[in-house]
Amino acid sequence: MTAVAATVARNETTEWRAILLRLVPFALIAAAAMILPFVSNDYWALIGTRAAIYWVLVSGLNLIVGFAGHLAIGYVALLTLGAYTTSVLVAGNVMPEVPVFAALPIAGLVGAIFGVVVGLPALRLRTFYFAMSTRGFATIVAQIALAWQSVTGGGIGIAGPEFPAPFNTAWGFYYLCVAFAALCTWLSANVAHSRFGRALIAIRDAEVAAEATGISKPRMLIAIFLFAGALAAVAGGLFATLQTYITPDAFTFDLSVLFFIAILIGGRGSILGPMLGTIILTILPEVAAPLAAWSTFLYAVLLLVIVLAMPGGIAALLDFRNRRPLASNRAIVPRPAALADIVRKSAGEKSLSLRGLTLSFGNVRAIDNLDLDVKPGEIHGLIGPNGSGKTTTLNVISGYYVARAGTITLGEDVLAQGLPALRARHGIGRTFQTPRVIGEASVLQNVMIGGTIEGQATFIEALLALPRNRRDERMLTDKARALLGVVGLEALAEVRADRLQHSELRFIEIARALMLDPDFLLLDEPAAGLSNQEIERLAALIIAISRRGTGLLLVEHHADLIFDICDSVTVLNLGRILAAGTPAEIRTHKEVVSAYLGG
Amino acid sequence: MFASIIASGLAAGAIYALVGVTYNTMFSTSRVMSFTAGQLAMLGGVFGSLFTLKLGMPVLAGFVLTLIGCAIIGIITEFVAVRPVLKSLDQHLYVLSTLALALMIQQVAAIKWGTEPQPFPRLIGLGNGVWDEKFWLPVLACAVTIIALEYLYRRTLVGRAFIAIAEDNFAARALGLPERGLRIASYALAGMVGGIAGYSGGELLLAFFANGALLNFYGFVPVALGGLGSNRGAVIGGLALGLFQQAANFLVGGIFSSVAVFALFIVVLLAKPQGLFGFSTARRV
Repeated sequence: MTAVAATVARNETTEWRAILLRLVPFALIAAAAMILPFVSNDYWALIGTRAAIYWVLVSGLNLIVGFAGHLAIGYVALLTLGAYTTSVLVAGNVMPEVPVFAALPIAGLVGAIFGVVVGLPALRLRTFYFAMSTRGFATIVAQIALAWQSVTGGGIGIAGPEFPAPFNTAWGFYYLCVAFAALCTWLSANVAHSRFGRALIAIRDAEVAAEATGISKPRMLIAIFLFAGALAAVAGGLFATLQTYITPDAFTFDLSVLFFIAILIGGRGSILGPMLGTIILTILPEVAAPLAAWSTFLYAVLLLVIVLAMPGGIAALLDFRNRRPLASNRAIVPRPAALADIVRKSAGEKSLSLRGLTLSFGNVRAIDNLDLDVKPGEIHGLIGPNGSGKTTTLNVISGYYVARAGTITLGEDVLAQGLPALRARHGIGRTFQTPRVIGEASVLQNVMIGGTIEGQATFIEALLALPRNRRDERMLTDKARALLGVVGLEALAEVRADRLQHSELRFIEIARALMLDPDFLLLDEPAAGLSNQEIERLAALIIAISRRGTGLLLVEHHADLIFDICDSVTVLNLGRILAAGTPAEIRTHKEVVSAYLGG
Repeated sequence: MFASIIASGLAAGAIYALVGVTYNTMFSTSRVMSFTAGQLAMLGGVFGSLFTLKLGMPVLAGFVLTLIGCAIIGIITEFVAVRPVLKSLDQHLYVLSTLALALMIQQVAAIKWGTEPQPFPRLIGLGNGVWDEKFWLPVLACAVTIIALEYLYRRTLVGRAFIAIAEDNFAARALGLPERGLRIASYALAGMVGGIAGYSGGELLLAFFANGALLNFYGFVPVALGGLGSNRGAVIGGLALGLFQQAANFLVGGIFSSVAVFALFIVVLLAKPQGLFGFSTARRV
C-alpha cells in the first residue's frame, strides 16, 4: 500500500508540471491578445475581434468535430440564428426591447435548442449523411432569414445590437470578445479534460468499446450539442455587433467552411490546435490581400493537404512528446499482487447464467440452446473450433446481439437483451478479439475511459470544473495508474496508444475493464498474438483477478492456457455444447479430442 | 397551373435523379459518397453555356466537349480526393477530401465564370408552354441515361465488371478484374452522367456556380431516401422530390417547400437510416 501511495505522490508533482507546461501556449496567446491594442490600429482591432468571436463558436464546435468526430459542416446556421435573435430582441421590432446583456443569454438558449435539433440526426446518421443534413439546415436558415421580412428585415437586413459603454469602442468591444473567448476556452477545456471529453473521443474511435464501458452516446452527444449550440449563438450575437448591420449575405457557407477547417487544421482532440487554426485562418486573407477573393479556395486546398498529408493537424506537429522513440526491448511485467489494493473485492454471490440461448444469422444457427454458468471467483473457459459461436455468445451477453430465445440472468435478475451500454452498470466488463483501443489517446486515458460511469459529477460540474469533478478526475487517474501498474504498463502511461504493440493493447483492454471493478469479466482471446512468456504472465493476472471474486468467461484457442487455469470448461461446436466439465474431464473427452483438440 | 407543376416538377425531379445516379455511380466502385456530384452537374451547365454561347460552337460539339470536360473532372476526383483516402475508408476522410475538392471547383467557377447566373443556349428550339424543351429535355435525358446504364450493366462485359466490383470488391479482385482501372472508368462515367444532368437542365437552372451546392443536396435526398446504390430508388425518389417541391413551391411558396423537403429528409432517415429501398448493412462487433 505504501508503495502505491508513494508513486501517486510522485506522479502528482510531475502531473502539475505537465499541466503548467500545457498552459504556456495559452498564456502566450492571451498575452499577445492583451498587447495587441498597444501595438496596432483599429483595423487590427477588427481582425482581433473577429478571431475572438470565431473562436467562441469554434471552441464549442471543436467538441463536436474534433472530439466526438461528427462532421457538422453547417454551423454557420447557428451563428445566423444567434445573430438574428440578438439583433431582433435588442431592436425590439417583434416584442419590447431587451437589453443586449439579457439578449445574449436568450440567444444562447435558442442556440442550445437548435443545436440539439441540428445535432439529433447524428444519433442515427453516419458521416456523409450527417454532414449533408447540417449543410441542408444551413441552407434553410439562410432562406428563412431572407424570406421572413417582418422579423429579419429580409434582404435589407437589420441593425446589430449595440453594447453600452465601455464596450462601444473598437478596443472596448475587442476586450469584451477576448474575455468571452477566454471563458469559452476554459469551459471547453474543462469538458475536454473531464471524463465527458474522454467519452466523446471513445465514441468517435471505439464506439463498441465505449458502449461496453457504459457510455451512453445519446446523452453525451446531446450535452455537447446544447453547449456548442449556445456558444455558436452567443458568437452570433457578438458577430452582429461587430458587423453593425446584418443581412443574410453576411452568413455565407464560406464561414462554415472556415470554422470547420480551423478545427481540422488544428487537429482532432486538441484545444490549442484549433485555436491556432482559427487565428491563422482569420488573419490569412488579411495579410495576403490579393488572395482575398480566393480565400475559400485556399481553405479548401488547406483542407485537402491536411487530410492527405498530415491528418493530425497542428496538434500532431506540436506533440513532441510522442515523437521520442519508445524502448524497443520493453517487456510487460504485470504485478497481480498489487491488485489487492485497488479493485474492491466483489461482494456478490450471484452467478451469471445463460439458459436456452439461441441466435441465428439468416439460416445459420450461431448459438443453439446454450446453457452456461459463470460463478463468482471462477474461471470458465469457452472453447471450440472457429465459427462455433464463442464470440457470438460473448456478444449476446454484452448485449450487442439479441438472442431469439433464452435468458441471461445475474443472480435473480433477468438482464434485458440488447442495450450494451447498460452492461457495465451490472458489473459486466469485457475485452475484444481485436483490441478496441483509442489510438489517439494516451494509454492512461484509455484506461480511464473504463471508469467513466464511476464518476459522480454532472456535465455542468465538469463544465465549471467544480470540486466534485476534480475529485472524480483524481480518483480515475489514481486508479488507472494503479491498474496500469497491475498489468505492467505504467511506464507507457503517457504514450499514445497507437504506438504500442499488439500484446500491450491486450493488457490495456484488461486494465480498462478492471476500472469497473467488474463482477464478471468476459475475455475474448486475450492470449492471441502473445508470446509464451506473456501468456504465462497473463495467466497469473487472470488467476489474481478471479481471486478477487470476479467471475471470468474466457474464450481462447490456446488449449494449454485453458486447461492450466480454468475451473470449468464448456466446448462448443456449431453453436451447440459438445461437452462441459472440469478441464480434466474435457481433456479426455473423446468427441472433443477428435473434433477440436486433435490427437 | 396543374400542368406547369407537373412539367416543372418532372423536369427538376429528372435532374435530381441524374445527380443521384452520379452519386451512385461513384459509390458503386469505391464506397465513397462524393461532394463533387452536384458540382459536376453545375459544370454541365457552365461548360454548355461556355462552349455554345461564349465560344459559339455548334450544339453537338458543345455537348460532346461538355461531357469530356465533366468526365475529366470525374477522373480528377478519383485521383485527388478518392484514391489517396481509400485505404482509410473507416475514418471517413473521403467526406473531407471530396468536400475540399468540391469547394475548389465551386470557387474556381465563381471566380472564372462569375457569380451571376448566365444564360444557357436554346438547344433545339422545340415546344412552348408546358411542352417547352426545357421541361422535357431533362426527363428525356434521364430516361435515355437510365436505359443506357441498364444496357451497360446488363449486356456488356465492362458493365458486369462494374457490378462485380460493387458487389464484392475482394472477390472481384481475386478474379483478376482491374479494380483501379474500373474505378477510374466509373468516375469518368459519373462525370458524364453529372454533365448530362447539368446540360439537359441548363435551360431550367441556367449556368450558375451556386447550383452545385444546391444540386448536391437535392441530388442526395433521393439517394438517401431511395437507398444507397439503387438507381431505381434514385429515379423514383428524384421524381417524387421534384413534384413535391414544385407543388409546394406553387401552393405555399419556396421557403416552406425547402423546409418541408428538409424535414421529410430528416424524418425518413431517422426512421429508416438505410433508405426506403435500401438494405441494412454491416455487423458492428
